Amino acid sequence: MASSNSLMDSLFQRSLEDLIKGIRLQLHGESSFISKSLDEIRREIKSTDLSTKSIALQKLSYLAALHGVDMSWAAFHAVEVVSSSRFEDKRIGYHAIAQSFNDQTPVLLLITNQLRKDLNSSNEYEVSLALECLSRIGTDDLARDLTSEVFTLLGSSKAFVKKKAIGVVLRVFDKYPDAVKVCFKRLVENLESSDPHILSAVVGVFCELTTKDPRSYLPLAPEFYKILVDSRNNWVLIKVLKVFAKLASIEPRLAKKVADPICEHMRRNVGKSLLFECIRTVVSSLSDQETALKLAVARIRDFLVDDDPNLRYLGLHALSIVAPKHLWAVLENREAIVKALSDEDPNVKLEALHLLMAMVNEDNVSEISRILMNYALKSDLLFCNEVIASVLLACSRNSYEIIVDFDWYVSLLGEMARIPHCQRGQEIGHQLIDIGMRVKDARRELVRISRALLIDPALLGNQFLHPILSAAAWASGEYVEFSKTSYDIAEALLQPRTSLLPPSIRAIYIHSTFKVLVFSLKAYFSAQDSTSSPLVEESTNYVSSLVNAFTYESISSLVDMIELGLCSLSGTLDVEVQERAKNVLGFTGMIKHKIIEKVTSPESVIEASRAVAFMEDVFSEELGPVSSTAQEKVPLPDGLELNENLEDLQEICGEFLKPVVDSNSNSFSSSEKISFSVAKLRISDQLEASSSSSSHPPESASLLAEHRKRHGLYYLSSQKSDDHDDSNGNNNNTLNEYPPANEILADSFNPKKKMNQSKPRPVVVKLDEGDDIKMKPDGSSNHEPLSRAIQTALMGKGKEKEREKDNPERSLDSGTKEQSLRKDKKTKKKNGEKSSKHRSRRRSDKDASAAKPVDIVDFLL
Amino acid sequence: MIRFILLQNRQGKTRLAKYYVPLEESEKHKVEYEVHRLVVNRDAKFTNFVEFRTHKVIYRRYAGLFFSVCVDITDNELAYLESIHLFVEILDHFFSNVCELDLVFNFHKVYLILDEFILAGELQETSKRAIIERMSELEKLE
Repeated sequence: MASSNSLMDSLFQRSLEDLIKGIRLQLHGESSFISKSLDEIRREIKSTDLSTKSIALQKLSYLAALHGVDMSWAAFHAVEVVSSSRFEDKRIGYHAIAQSFNDQTPVLLLITNQLRKDLNSSNEYEVSLALECLSRIGTDDLARDLTSEVFTLLGSSKAFVKKKAIGVVLRVFDKYPDAVKVCFKRLVENLESSDPHILSAVVGVFCELTTKDPRSYLPLAPEFYKILVDSRNNWVLIKVLKVFAKLASIEPRLAKKVADPICEHMRRNVGKSLLFECIRTVVSSLSDQETALKLAVARIRDFLVDDDPNLRYLGLHALSIVAPKHLWAVLENREAIVKALSDEDPNVKLEALHLLMAMVNEDNVSEISRILMNYALKSDLLFCNEVIASVLLACSRNSYEIIVDFDWYVSLLGEMARIPHCQRGQEIGHQLIDIGMRVKDARRELVRISRALLIDPALLGNQFLHPILSAAAWASGEYVEFSKTSYDIAEALLQPRTSLLPPSIRAIYIHSTFKVLVFSLKAYFSAQDSTSSPLVEESTNYVSSLVNAFTYESISSLVDMIELGLCSLSGTLDVEVQERAKNVLGFTGMIKHKIIEKVTSPESVIEASRAVAFMEDVFSEELGPVSSTAQEKVPLPDGLELNENLEDLQEICGEFLKPVVDSNSNSFSSSEKISFSVAKLRISDQLEASSSSSSHPPESASLLAEHRKRHGLYYLSSQKSDDHDDSNGNNNNTLNEYPPANEILADSFNPKKKMNQSKPRPVVVKLDEGDDIKMKPDGSSNHEPLSRAIQTALMGKGKEKEREKDNPERSLDSGTKEQSLRKDKKTKKKNGEKSSKHRSRRRSDKDASAAKPVDIVDFLL
Repeated sequence: MIRFILLQNRQGKTRLAKYYVPLEESEKHKVEYEVHRLVVNRDAKFTNFVEFRTHKVIYRRYAGLFFSVCVDITDNELAYLESIHLFVEILDHFFSNVCELDLVFNFHKVYLILDEFILAGELQETSKRAIIERMSELEKLE
């Protein structure tokens, strides 16, 4: 019965072709057809006949590759198929294995022997199959077990077997570094092979290895150099150039030596790919070599004007690599870059934009911004926002370093807000406020622009621009003394259209209205009292400069307008808005009464003015930016011990306390999005809200936790202040309610005056904020064992060659170089190994026992 | 190093997929979908290189098929463009005026050619003649 089954099966088994045809014929029921075929395959694959099995496996591989069917269940069958002696079956089996096996496959161990058998086989095709398979699925165990076979094959007489073995070496090294001891020598020998195929394979392997860990391969530089000079094969040269790019960046003397051959290649009529690689190598690692650099830049120019968009893009890309150090190259090609801005390809446009940003400085910032704004208006959404974002970034770098004319910049910010596709409201709003705080001289313009923004109807509808509106509202209120007429500001803030805005922003509007009201009242009363009052306040200066002095009519109409505008809001659903509206209305109610009475009794005037003066005091304290490291600078009073997170309390009430260290960090991060003044008032609410999301300490005795929750603001942060910079940028300033310590502000004033400018650059308050981005050290721990193995291998190799190569005259230089090189190589000596004794071959007369640093320089100089 | 090679038609069906880095099945699907979306919308006049996650995809369209190769950021784009062309030339020679259907029905042969061409993510053979010779030898064995 069983045999007849298999006979039937093999007679009627669908071949791969049938399967494919079948799938293609299905118009709708593809998945059901596939599952039907899968069932068939499951049956067929269990058969004992190997050819049936292999065809079933082949079909399964097809389904898995192109239709996403899982084939891991067939792993064991794949192993069976591979053991067949027929080449066809083996091929199918290995293909299936390479496709579906991974580190977790349980039957992985079973193929070790099979692989070994095939690797040792005399049939080179079986060998190559096995090698390919190994390259795809090699695990640590497989690599370890099969290292010796690979080693043998590295010396095989058949070229393509050798080639594949070389390719496999990469994987083996990666998984099993000790293989280096065995295979490295042969690998390096292949560098001197005359067969270009082998050479390209070997160089490819070294290219990969060098990318991960350049230092270990530095000793092999002479071999690579020879290839660089002799070879004419483009692929090989490209790989070698990559190797040198990595090596030259860690060994500058290598750069000098390598520059000449590279220039030679650039001058020859080589393929574009090689030319580009030369250019790329020169601009990234050899940018100190003048001749090479000039030649490279000339070639870049050719690329930039080529018809092929690929070459244009690559030219721009190369320029952007060279831009930081050699801006002249970018400036030379300015027209080509601007032309590229209007290219259709978004990649090209972006590269051109970045280059343009690299060129920007104080003199041309307005011109370039003008050009870019025009482009932004014409472009689509994505590019428009890219342009805006990069202009904002470049201008705000280093506290607005390149801006001289802040009035112009503020109006530019206003213009950006009006670009239809603009979505960068957050950043623009932030900068508006930031400039208001830091640059006193720009405040007048800022208020003017803010008012214009407030009355612009287009902004209300675009939700991305709401942060701009809130910034404008805040600025209008805060710096109302710079405005022409406070009446206009109040009118703008009270527009009925503001009901379209979210409540948080309306709250800002109302609060700003309050500030405007207080200012106006103060001005009015000061004007009234200026004849009789002995007080000489600064505000009187502003008052006298106002075009419209306040009369009784104007102030009462102002108050009326405010009352009218806010009356409707006193019944809104949103508590914040309602509360603020009521606050202002309460105040106006009180004052209005007094103003009316003013005509009749002077005492009430004094009362009123005192009330107003009181309010004005509240708003007069200037809010300035505070450095995030300011807290650290406050000296600790003696006798006060500060612990990071009150761990000592753990001992006292350990079982009752759960750590609430995170509550502070939660509050800091959630405040990022809230605007300035709202944040002040809402901090306590937020702390409440966010700490409720963190771990809840049990009710019993978490007094500390409760206290911390409620008054978290006053606790020292448990994180380092640098971390705050990372996540929140400048917004940390908003959380420090205390006025800044006087000494900090005084230190940071940095007046800059330019003699040539018609108008001196205004003072920008800068603070000693740390860098936002911390450089992370490279994680090279995985490469440690490999590096060590390579270094050991090179050491051993050197001793053998000591007798072969003899260059007595060069040894003279080595003495002087030893000192400097020793310093370079100190970092490599982690395990006390001397890193490159192999170069002892250069100095036949030197003592082998002394520490010998790398001496490639001798050969190359 | 090459991370993967994809051959997709305009509708997004994958005709060939070879991965040189380990990826889950679901990941592979996502990748194929994303790459397809990325290249199918690009105009013919645009550059042949696009950024894809933290790597690059170099692609070229031949008739109705997109040949996409995903490489590291530092790799030479023009060289890989050349290699795609080389691969297409080999396919053309092997199947005599190859069309998409040939690739569909002979997918195992296409894989064989690819395996001769690229090993462990690196180009191992760049001579068209050598690969074709190898393939004819292999054919004789079957």
